[in-house]
Amino acid sequence: MSDPTFVRVKTMMPPGHIRTPAYLRGKTGWIERKLGPFGNPEQQAYGLPGDLLTLYRVRFTMAEVWGDQAERPQDTLDAEIYEHWLEPV
Amino acid sequence: MTDFDGKRWHDMGGDTAGPVRPSEHDFALWEKRVDALMVLCSTKGLFTVDGLRRAIEDMGPDVFENTTYYDRWIASINQNLIEAGTYTLGELGAKMDAVAKRGATYGEAASE
Repeated sequence: MSDPTFVRVKTMMPPGHIRTPAYLRGKTGWIERKLGPFGNPEQQAYGLPGDLLTLYRVRFTMAEVWGDQAERPQDTLDAEIYEHWLEPV
Repeated sequence: MTDFDGKRWHDMGGDTAGPVRPSEHDFALWEKRVDALMVLCSTKGLFTVDGLRRAIEDMGPDVFENTTYYDRWIASINQNLIEAGTYTLGELGAKMDAVAKRGATYGEAASE
């Protein structure tokens, strides 16, 4: 099995319809799987055709997401995030 | 200056909240119809679930507190259909008047 690919969720906060949850912005996780291309909801939400973007399932530890408040730091959380919200670590 | 960090009201993950209280309830006929209407609209390509959510998010937190789930859905469906040019507000108003004239019950409203 190859080493996991780590990614960080961008911290940008543009106003509008965005599927990337705010609590994950700036957090680092790893690619659990590539889900394939889907239309960009940030365009489709406004009646526009959505550019096809790669959607990834990204896995985070609870310790990474919630810090000292995590009840079970080793548990993980999966979120599906579009490529333009991810940057390499 | 403001300390607003840009996080919008609907993006609630991680906010302080009480325990989750699960409850069972049945849906009213009009609520089932609103749900079916959304399926029809997306199947026909009039707008997407992203548009549904966008219009609800733009309603703001007060509307979220003071309306029900399907109240927000039908308002959002209408907003998206107006934007898509599916009908005009004039056409909608005329149709609403015509339906209201049939009567207040489902049976009367379905008579035409």
